[in-house]
Amino acid sequence: MKTPPAQLDKTTFGFWLYLMTDCVLFASLFATFAVLRANTAGGPSGKDIFDLPFVLTETVLLLTSSFTSGMALLAARAKVHKQVFFWLSATFLLGAAFLFMEMREFTHIVSEGHGWRMSAFLSSFFTLVGTHGAHIAVGLIWMFVMMFRFSASKISANDLRRLTLFTMFWHFLDIVWIFIFTIVYMFGALS
Amino acid sequence: MLGKLTLDAFKHGPIVTVGQISMVLGALSVVGLLFYLKRWKWLWREWITTVDPKKIGVMYIVVALVMLLRSLSDAAMMRAQQAISVGSNHGFLSSDHFQQVFTAHGTMMIFFVAMGLMFGLINLIVPLQIGARDVAFPFLNATSFWLYAMGAVLLNLSLMVGEIGATGWLAYPPLSELAYSPGVGVDYWIWSIQIAGIGSLLSGVNFLVTILKLRRAGMTLMKMPMFVWSVLGSMVLVVVAFPILTATLAMLALDRSLGMHFFTANAGGNPMMYINLIWAWGHPEVYILILPAFGIFSEVVATFSKKRLFGYAYMVWAIIAIVFLSFVVWLHHFFTMGAGANVNAFFGIMTMVIAVPTGIKVFNWIFTMYRGRVQFTTPMLWFLSFVLTFTIGGVAGVLMAVPAIDFQVHNSLFLVAHFHNMIIGGVVFGYFAGLTYWFPKIFGFKLNERFGRYAFWCWSVGFLLAFIPLYILGMMGATRRLDHYDASLGWQGLFIVAGVGVMVILAGVGFQVLQLIVSIMQRDKNRDKTGDPWDGRTLEWSTASPVPVYNFATLDPVTERDVFWSQKQQKQAAKIQYEDIHIPRNTPIGFLIAVSALLFGFAVIWEIVWLNVVAVLCIIGLVMYRTLDDNTEYVLTAQEVKALETKGAKA
Amino acid sequence: MIYKMRKIVAGICILVGFVVVLALLLQGHTIDVLQPAGIVADKQKHLIIIATLLAIIVVIPVYALTIGVAWKYRASNKKARYTPDWDHDKLIEGVWWGIPIILIGILSVITWQSSHELDPFRAIKSDKPTQKIQVVALQWKWLFIYPEEKIATVNFVHIPVDRPVDFEITADAPMNSFWIPQLGGQIYAMSGMTTHLHLQASKAGTYQGSSANISGEGFADMRFTTEAESEGDFQEWIEDAKTSKDVLDTTAYKTLAAPSRNNNKTTYVLADEKLFDTVIMKFMGHEPDAQRSFESHLHRQVMQ
Repeated sequence: MKTPPAQLDKTTFGFWLYLMTDCVLFASLFATFAVLRANTAGGPSGKDIFDLPFVLTETVLLLTSSFTSGMALLAARAKVHKQVFFWLSATFLLGAAFLFMEMREFTHIVSEGHGWRMSAFLSSFFTLVGTHGAHIAVGLIWMFVMMFRFSASKISANDLRRLTLFTMFWHFLDIVWIFIFTIVYMFGALS
Repeated sequence: MLGKLTLDAFKHGPIVTVGQISMVLGALSVVGLLFYLKRWKWLWREWITTVDPKKIGVMYIVVALVMLLRSLSDAAMMRAQQAISVGSNHGFLSSDHFQQVFTAHGTMMIFFVAMGLMFGLINLIVPLQIGARDVAFPFLNATSFWLYAMGAVLLNLSLMVGEIGATGWLAYPPLSELAYSPGVGVDYWIWSIQIAGIGSLLSGVNFLVTILKLRRAGMTLMKMPMFVWSVLGSMVLVVVAFPILTATLAMLALDRSLGMHFFTANAGGNPMMYINLIWAWGHPEVYILILPAFGIFSEVVATFSKKRLFGYAYMVWAIIAIVFLSFVVWLHHFFTMGAGANVNAFFGIMTMVIAVPTGIKVFNWIFTMYRGRVQFTTPMLWFLSFVLTFTIGGVAGVLMAVPAIDFQVHNSLFLVAHFHNMIIGGVVFGYFAGLTYWFPKIFGFKLNERFGRYAFWCWSVGFLLAFIPLYILGMMGATRRLDHYDASLGWQGLFIVAGVGVMVILAGVGFQVLQLIVSIMQRDKNRDKTGDPWDGRTLEWSTASPVPVYNFATLDPVTERDVFWSQKQQKQAAKIQYEDIHIPRNTPIGFLIAVSALLFGFAVIWEIVWLNVVAVLCIIGLVMYRTLDDNTEYVLTAQEVKALETKGAKA
Repeated sequence: MIYKMRKIVAGICILVGFVVVLALLLQGHTIDVLQPAGIVADKQKHLIIIATLLAIIVVIPVYALTIGVAWKYRASNKKARYTPDWDHDKLIEGVWWGIPIILIGILSVITWQSSHELDPFRAIKSDKPTQKIQVVALQWKWLFIYPEEKIATVNFVHIPVDRPVDFEITADAPMNSFWIPQLGGQIYAMSGMTTHLHLQASKAGTYQGSSANISGEGFADMRFTTEAESEGDFQEWIEDAKTSKDVLDTTAYKTLAAPSRNNNKTTYVLADEKLFDTVIMKFMGHEPDAQRSFESHLHRQVMQ
């Protein structure tokens, strides 16, 4: 069944709006982080716990995955079924690697005794970065479902729409991450 | 296995037990009735799985009215306590219980009564007024409703199992943190409004898209009915403000459940941040509720004055101004926190500025009546009473917008009187007007006018009796939320008068219940056969009452504002060309997602880890199942539509 | 028509009756905010009056127009003009925007000036020395510390008349709000922070004070009395207080700070001048109280 163009329009628009609400959600977390970042309560500050090269690697992984997700969309539009699968798998692996590294970072910080219970700074750090990570995890599940579908059947108009929405979501997470990288990590490690 | 949940959670004092018994009896009688009438299948097929906004709207209103009754009984308990708990008498409620009662009252009234009535009316009317057949995302809409309903269930569950917070309806930290509120009450508060709030957020997105994308051909923005405009403003606010609430509640929940330090008094936490964030949502929330009420009044006044709405363009600009300004006034809720004079003065002035567009709307309504033919039906009476009471609240509001004055009345009963003045006089009267006005459209028969008038008089008089004394009490130094006070202060008499006022309001509610019963019994007498009982102006009146599942058989382009009115004036006979109509299939997935969310909330509150995991997996599974389902619509053929339409015309 | 008149008369009677009842109930009691006894509260009262009068400039036309227009253009009055399509008029709109904007303009100027003049943090100008009093909101009582005089009181405070008082306020409790309506408006009391409220009594008397913000179970009992008295009486009271047998040292403070309700008025000799700062610093530390109580909370749950 072909979806009429108006349908596509309203769904994309609705998804845009959803992304805006997510943007406000992140803005609230960023604002809280900005207020609380100096409140280390005798615990470590960002300078003490951040490993910039490690985070930079994460960043590269995520940015690359954003590129590959775009390629997947282009391939889907061109109806090159195999390529869609390839690029989507690449995106999935890069995203999973990013998430894995983030979890490594978290467990490392916690194992050094700097858990989120220690100070307001650490609470807001884990929450802000963790919320982004949770979004990435949702994105991975989403990709998994799409790959499952694409392997089973041809890409329908609905699937194309889903892929479009997914790339919007993924790019959005990329932008949020750039803010996290700059505000949380770079300012944190350098100040 | 059950986390923190032990048998102790079920132990309560006698007064709570009375509440529990009445709740259980209420639930049992509903269940019994369903068995007796053999309506379980009907309930499942027609209501629980429905994705029709008209039915969802009705369900919103039913839940909201049930919550209204519960929360009014809380109000009555509070006033009774304050009328007798003087000097050596400590009343019939302990301090802790009294504080739980007002927390529950405020939370329910805002999140479950006002929001429920609002989304109910929006669901029922917005698609009709824009001449559409459905909302943008019917399934999402059903999910939103069930999230709201399950939030209400969770809040009521706190009465049965555990407790509700004793912190006031916005649960300011550090009081709401574990250090000072170790029980599960605040957790119940957090999760019930978190679940309902996410539902509201999704509804906001849904209706924003519906209004912007699904309007009938020819209906430009400046041809939309004023109710639609005000809902548009309100939904913009929902979309921007509710994520802040979600984030704030989540952070408080993390503090409480994982020992974080966002808002704790120590370890670097900052309670003031919470107060800023919660009001960055909370103030827009006030306008989220009042804008649709303004929209209802615009429709009611124009219809019952038989005249076009005066100053349409200015009304639109007033809404837009209110939407923007409502984000730069939040600090007026806490001038007393001690921000500098410049900051306080800025927010004070902004608060006054927002009075200008609001005032414009009042004047425009008055001029809509001017040189009209005003019919004093109940919706119109609610409007008149709204103008008279809302103005008093407005004056109090302007007073409190001056920081130096606010220092003297903040957190006193003066403040309580002010916001009840705005919310009862504005929001509640508005929604009552809307319910009466659109009732025939929804159910096919009008409400009894006589009992409606009785209810109106009781509400209006009771309102004055209940809240004018509070203004005075506030000036006498009576702060809000007192479960006990000294006899020497001389407050008791006024509290008793206020209590009498609440009783008069309760009589009004009694008349409303009677009104509903009598109207149902006399429905044949008051049946609306034309679909246009009030000689209406907008598109919802151009289709049959009750509205068919597809809303409109044909979608003729809109040529002007009050399009239905001018069609009637020109006596156009529309050429009818029936077409196939796509209609979304019913699905239980939305309901099941919300039930999973309820379980999730319950599991977090009681720290039942396995249930948490199960609930999350259920939600993921259900969402996946839904997204993989391509078969979500069925087609009503042109033939079937024609058959339904002609049958309707005969009946 | 007679029937309608009867209704109107009955309505007026009810309204008058209501006002009379309210007036009778107020007989012999102070309306604190409108009967000020301090210079700040006095200015605030005047602001209330000015703002109300300005607002009434709008309220009266609204009431008159609403009732008048609705009545004149009632459907049964067929003589009244009916113009169903008349829906805008530039002049009328201009007036509706104009008048409120002018009024809000005036009020804005008043707001700006009064916000600065009556900023609670701003010291009151006087040729007499300022009396410094530190205030700690506790669960659920008020502790007043006179650091220079080395005394402290619970649930009552003495102040000299005609001399500015600088209340330096914090909390060792959830957020409270410190309010003495007859002397002037309130300010929040927050843990780990200091706020200031500058007041000055203009006549001797006893004034009610309370916490205006919910702070837990015993919050309604957080009332205190303010005794404003002449300089002589005040000094006499201080000398008297210094002879109190109760001493407020760290141990006594711990006992006092534990949650309790309906505490008696008590006078202490202050052993630790830095007590106020210690209370503030308590919330700066890294060892979190909440953590401990979180654990004790879990412990309690396990025990059950």
